[in-house]
Amino acid sequence: MSKLVGQSIKRKEDPRFVQGKGSYVANLNIAGMAHLALKRSPHAHAKIVSIDTSKAAALPGVIAVFTGQDLIDGGCGKLPCGWNVPNIKVPTRWAIQPVGDKVRHVGDTIAAVVAESRYIAQDALDLIEVEYEVLPASLGAKATVTSGIVIHDDLPDNTSYPWAIGDLPAAEAGLSAADHVVELKDLINTRLIANAMEPRAAAAQWSEMTEEMTLWTTSQNPHPIRLLLSAFTLGIPEHKLRVISPDVGGGFGSKIFHYPEEIITPWIARKLNRPVKWVATRSEASMTDSQGRDHVSTIKVGVKNDGTITAIHISTHADQGAYLSTFAPLIPTALYLTLMTGLYKVPGVYGEVWGTITNTTPVDAYRGAGRPEACYALERAIDVAARKINMDPIALRRKNFIPANEFPYQTPVALQYDSGDYHKLFDKLEEISDYNGLVAKRDAARAAGKLAGIGVVGAIEASGPAPSKVAGALGGAVGFWESAVMRVHPSGKVSLMTGSHSHGQGHETAFAQVVADELGIGVNDVDIVHGDTAKIPFGMGSYGSRSLNVGGSAIVKAGEKVRNKMLKIAAHQLEASESDLVYDRENGRVYVKGAPSKSKAFGELAFAAYTAHNLPDGLEPGMEEQSFYDPANFTFPNSAHIAYVEVDKDTGEVNLQKYYAVDDVGNVVNPMIVEGQIVGGIVQGIGQALYEHGAYDADGQPQTLTFMDYAMPKAQFFPRFEVARTVTPSPHNPLGVKGAGEMGTIAATPAVANAVMDAIAPLGVEHIELPLTPQRIWKAINKI
Amino acid sequence: MFPANFDYYRAGSLAEAVDLLQKNPGAKVLAGGHSLVPAMKLRVAGPSALVDIGRIADLKGISLANGQLTIGALTTHAEVANSPLVKDNCGVLAQAAGQIGDQMIRNRGTIGGSLAHADPAADYPTVIRAVGAMITVFGPNGLRMINADSFFTDLFSTALADGEIITSVTVAAQDASTRGSYYKIPHPASGYAVVGACAIVSQADGVCSSVSVTVGGATANPVRCAGVESALIGKAANEANIAAAAAKTDESVNATMGDQYASSEYRNHLAAVAVKRALMAASA
Repeated sequence: MSKLVGQSIKRKEDPRFVQGKGSYVANLNIAGMAHLALKRSPHAHAKIVSIDTSKAAALPGVIAVFTGQDLIDGGCGKLPCGWNVPNIKVPTRWAIQPVGDKVRHVGDTIAAVVAESRYIAQDALDLIEVEYEVLPASLGAKATVTSGIVIHDDLPDNTSYPWAIGDLPAAEAGLSAADHVVELKDLINTRLIANAMEPRAAAAQWSEMTEEMTLWTTSQNPHPIRLLLSAFTLGIPEHKLRVISPDVGGGFGSKIFHYPEEIITPWIARKLNRPVKWVATRSEASMTDSQGRDHVSTIKVGVKNDGTITAIHISTHADQGAYLSTFAPLIPTALYLTLMTGLYKVPGVYGEVWGTITNTTPVDAYRGAGRPEACYALERAIDVAARKINMDPIALRRKNFIPANEFPYQTPVALQYDSGDYHKLFDKLEEISDYNGLVAKRDAARAAGKLAGIGVVGAIEASGPAPSKVAGALGGAVGFWESAVMRVHPSGKVSLMTGSHSHGQGHETAFAQVVADELGIGVNDVDIVHGDTAKIPFGMGSYGSRSLNVGGSAIVKAGEKVRNKMLKIAAHQLEASESDLVYDRENGRVYVKGAPSKSKAFGELAFAAYTAHNLPDGLEPGMEEQSFYDPANFTFPNSAHIAYVEVDKDTGEVNLQKYYAVDDVGNVVNPMIVEGQIVGGIVQGIGQALYEHGAYDADGQPQTLTFMDYAMPKAQFFPRFEVARTVTPSPHNPLGVKGAGEMGTIAATPAVANAVMDAIAPLGVEHIELPLTPQRIWKAINKI
Repeated sequence: MFPANFDYYRAGSLAEAVDLLQKNPGAKVLAGGHSLVPAMKLRVAGPSALVDIGRIADLKGISLANGQLTIGALTTHAEVANSPLVKDNCGVLAQAAGQIGDQMIRNRGTIGGSLAHADPAADYPTVIRAVGAMITVFGPNGLRMINADSFFTDLFSTALADGEIITSVTVAAQDASTRGSYYKIPHPASGYAVVGACAIVSQADGVCSSVSVTVGGATANPVRCAGVESALIGKAANEANIAAAAAKTDESVNATMGDQYASSEYRNHLAAVAVKRALMAASA
């Protein structure tokens, strides 16, 4: 019956993007606009003894220079943490650290310069004289606990919170009952830099006349930013503050959070009564955008000789950086250990985590956010277990799958998986990869003296967070519903205002397909409006692969309300009872059952609603409906991936030759967009496996602030990805969809890592830490 | 990514360019700009002025005369990579040029700029030394030629005197008995060479009559591997002999470059691997 949902309609937004006509914050130019540059700390940890801004202020073209105390005196508050798990101690920060306080990571903000040009502002930064008392840096997710270096006075052991889930006695009993216990000790999940294509930016304009502030910011969620600014950091009331996130060039989580620049920029715009713009340089983004992962974990998995997994025990230290970013404590708790059982039915499960503080850039959600860390630890350990009991890695996984007939399945770690069929998933994977053929290819390569390996992964994700009351119970200061307003114009065109936000995902197309099918109109008769608090209802934005599950469901609910109102008007005008009418969602009309010629077209009914000449008694004119949709559960997409690699014995270089992925993301609205998400995610996951590492030296100096050093995955590194899907619809949202944005990232890192380990296992290497650079592999295989 | 203030001059001729350089101490020559401009944007380089030589026609073009292949300093990497003249007469230069950076860099970056910049991880210096090129420069005292062996003096340092500009690079055209190959192990972030080895092999009567091998990326400037060369001269270019010769790489290469991605120890190892692979390809 659906005519547009399920079709690979080309993205409506792409013509403007590929022609360079996107409207980004950095493109914004307002008459009189001044340019903001920020003085960043060159030290990882230092007391700010004094700041002398006089030379900078005297430079021709400099309008003003501000320090932290100026903002504090001007009413700016500390940045809050929006996710407070039990017994948390929250180390806070100012938008600009004032004299007498400390800088706690390279890139911490010291002062702000406003000038007539960005070049002059940059010159002035060099003229600001700061006297530091440099302190030793405390580093390492686990090592920081015992470093003896106090970063925040109220956190003497650099630990912000402990968190645990599961049943420790059951896990210990399961490990005791196992024939083998596989342990990966101090397993590292590397720190990553998100590196969205567009660096963060903010611009602000103050209206003295109306006392209204407009802030343009590269955010994935403008409404929550507005709320935080109003309630905590800037103090401008919500009805006087408009936050716009226009076209945003990627986020991957890093643009969810409330950042100091979103306070500094509007505060200065009001102070100076001039429009102000700040745009991060790439290196600034690399030292101030929230980063990802950075765990040190010890995982134990108990396994019987027949492959039955008896227990999983994980103990993790999660580096949260120098301060708690907005949702930082959510990631290594409710989005991490709750996924530690993967696709498997395991009786004894226990996980514990400590959120720790170091002299590094804050860490928060990054594509996958907690779920890749869980999948990596578990799927690496299962791979080691399979080798230990000499069992095929797919067979071992199959042995432990949650059976398809047990959904919805309550895991021992709080979540209830909604639906899935993991055997079907792996059947498809074995089919598209010709798994037996691949094994034969590997064995033949080995016989020819090559290092060849196959890596298998089964992955689970909890996408589309989450029932709001569950979020509240877990420490969230926000709800996770989503909003939609469906405005049918008198001519029958539709504007759909969504609280979700598109920063590359293609909502303008996929959401329009949903709207069009709800109403029976064309995809070009709909525009999706998002990203402007003055235009859309309060919404939660986009992250956690939630847009379609939650935001799309709100659209469906609003569509139902529009159709119901149209039916009422049609019943009145066709002199039929509503129950005798059919809303034809293919052709956009209402007709009488059995008498299809008696009908009203969508456009006629829309127009009638606005003329209001002939409406049923008591029915309000107009055609605009709203929905706030709170999800009943997460959705649980799942995937099965295989990587085939050959490792160059002499150099340690990895040659990824084949990659196959089967993903179950439920029903699909636009297969082309989903495939793009899956492939993009895979590439990002392989980036972590082979290339990316946000590294610091022993003094806390970041080593990878430019693309000369931080290795992003590039198209020429990869073979063609063979992707396929299976479909088990989510039973609890009206579209039957599951999140598609993160599955590839979650599965790909362990898939490639497992393949590399398989390749070098014949040389007696069990494990190497990420990223699997040629040097590390060379050292491992040569026992150097 | 905002450079400090600088003056900009466009030179209409070589003489004018040299004059501008002399009048502006602290000025740098701008050719393709693909090393200099990023350094300026990061404020790692802060020249008081740029002298843009980009429109000086004398510095462009590839020609063959009297058995000498001459490549103008402003010739882009893409032009070298795609030039039939270069491919036919010194193929290894085209092969190496095709591996520099990415297509956008190859379309702008120039051979003269790369040599003058003398980045230890650049590809051209290694190849230029292996093929025994002569570098022609023009300065306040007129034209002179500098042998590639003595051109590179240290990290980002060359034998160019103040006010001198590279005008062209000249190599002897190679005949069919000579083959060259450049083997590069690139850094996945920058695309620069972690290690690159260039081998030129001439064969006569079934043995190597002359061998030239250089390694870049491991040291401040590319080094010549004399031990490897002499081990192979007079021998058949087969895998066993090449492996034995390549094992002598460590006589010449003692890596001083090293970082988190590739330690000096690893670079020393890679140098021998790259030398072997370059020799194999040059002998195939």
